[in-house]
Amino acid sequence: MQKGKVELYTDAMVREVLTDEKGMATGVLYIDKKDMKEYKIGAKVVVLAASACETARIMLNSKSKLHPNGLSNSSGVLGRYLHDSTGTDRMGFMPELVDRTRYNEDGVGGLHVYSPWWLDNKKLNFPRGYHIEYWGGMGMPSYGFGFGMDTMRKYITDEVGNPSPNGGYGPALKNDIRRMYGSMIGMSGRGESIPQYDNYCDIDPETVDKFGIPVLRFHYNWTKHEVNQAKHMHETFEEILTGMGAVLLGKKPDETTQNGLAAPGRIIHEVGTSRMGDDPKTSVLNKYAQAHECKNLFVTDAGSFVSQADKNPTWTILALSWRTSEYIIDQLKKQNI
Amino acid sequence: MDRRENIKVLLAGTVATGFLISSGCAPDDIKKSESIIAAGLYGRTPKEIEVDSKLMADTFFSDHEKKIVSLISEIIIPKDDVSIGATEAGVTDFIEFMVKDYPKFQLPIRGGLMWLENLSWATFDNSFVVITPEQRIILVDKIAWPDTAEEDMLYGVKFFNLMRNLVCTGFFTSKEGIKDIGYVGNRPNQWDGVPAEVLKKHGLSYDEKTLKECLKIEDQHKIVQWGEKGNIIG
Repeated sequence: MQKGKVELYTDAMVREVLTDEKGMATGVLYIDKKDMKEYKIGAKVVVLAASACETARIMLNSKSKLHPNGLSNSSGVLGRYLHDSTGTDRMGFMPELVDRTRYNEDGVGGLHVYSPWWLDNKKLNFPRGYHIEYWGGMGMPSYGFGFGMDTMRKYITDEVGNPSPNGGYGPALKNDIRRMYGSMIGMSGRGESIPQYDNYCDIDPETVDKFGIPVLRFHYNWTKHEVNQAKHMHETFEEILTGMGAVLLGKKPDETTQNGLAAPGRIIHEVGTSRMGDDPKTSVLNKYAQAHECKNLFVTDAGSFVSQADKNPTWTILALSWRTSEYIIDQLKKQNI
Repeated sequence: MDRRENIKVLLAGTVATGFLISSGCAPDDIKKSESIIAAGLYGRTPKEIEVDSKLMADTFFSDHEKKIVSLISEIIIPKDDVSIGATEAGVTDFIEFMVKDYPKFQLPIRGGLMWLENLSWATFDNSFVVITPEQRIILVDKIAWPDTAEEDMLYGVKFFNLMRNLVCTGFFTSKEGIKDIGYVGNRPNQWDGVPAEVLKKHGLSYDEKTLKECLKIEDQHKIVQWGEKGNIIG
């Protein structure tokens, strides 16, 4: 193992990938955030891993004579098929969990469970599926703990079943908060959305950031698939919560809010902006995440995803990066790049 | 050693030794990290340090307002058999911090304090700070019960709901409050599942297969051994 072979440039805001007269990448141009000056770094191979949208931004901003629509974008697909996971949540109060015995419950909440896929997918009015993340427990109180006693204190009852009054103050309030600790159960549904050509980011022709670099604009609408999926999530949440004896908190969202479906981008699993594929007419990268039209440029973030399941994209990013890394070494050895 | 050199060593070091966890921390490193945390600079960029310092140096509440906040805090979460009260736990300073850190609180809290003062003068011809504890409770009872409050008290109800939220959260996130609530986590490698007697209370138990497959608490500090091909060998 050789040591000290990595040079890391921090506070470096890349504006564009530089290319030569053959359209090959020769390095990057960046703005140093500390002195606000431009610098260039030369490279044999450029690997972008700036997160799906930022990578698309860099590539779209890297215009040249041979890459007039942005780097490796004669297909016009760069920035398109942007998609995020679906998401919506619900919460309940469990009377059975009032006055809990205290014990260590760190790390208990947040488990991602493949429910409700005990059901038959074919009978649903949306494709693909979702998982549910269950949360609750006696975690460390953080900001927001103890809020809402003006509406929730009534769920606490005394020995003879009389509910506490909402709101209040003093020793009785203090004690009700103790009694309520760890009695809330929540569910977050996270699902797969269908990638759409018409959901995309492109370069805003009028706006730059503080480094003078043109920023992205986003064009994204959920389709009926995702909206139907969110409805199904809420029906499942209610079924499970009610079945376990919980009091449902809040209201089930309806179609006026797309069934409570979180706005695109809120689940921060943005992927797909420089999708991979065998056909350069419909994709930006090949199966090794190598740009079709710039052989020494690679993308190792979620930009290369053609679709994503309901799960977090990070592990797939890691696996694909590994594969790309091996391919780069192989191609360098063969002097193909 | 500059930052870039540091990262070079870090990258070389982690790859060479496997994982940081197996190398442990030298006493000097521990001392250095403790001093960074004590200085309140942990994980902060220069810009954030600047923002934090400015925030801490600012004052929002007047002395008079601060007194009312303290009195209300102690009414909401008083000292009892289990723990100290809100003021002793530092809730007044917490609320002063919150209104500066989240400016949207400033108007409703300042306005609410003023509204309560007006009510106090109108009812007892004196400031909330000066009237007797019994008189304060008479006023608080008008605004502390959202479901039964008179309609002309709704300004006060809304204000008191906000104060209740901030006082309760301020208290139960303080060191004393966390002790009071009985939080027993934050103990790495100390988790042994739900205690059997708790499961029994809910008519549940772990099955033998699960117990057999799960980590034994006495093995909690054992580190898995990996073979050359990345397979677990012990």
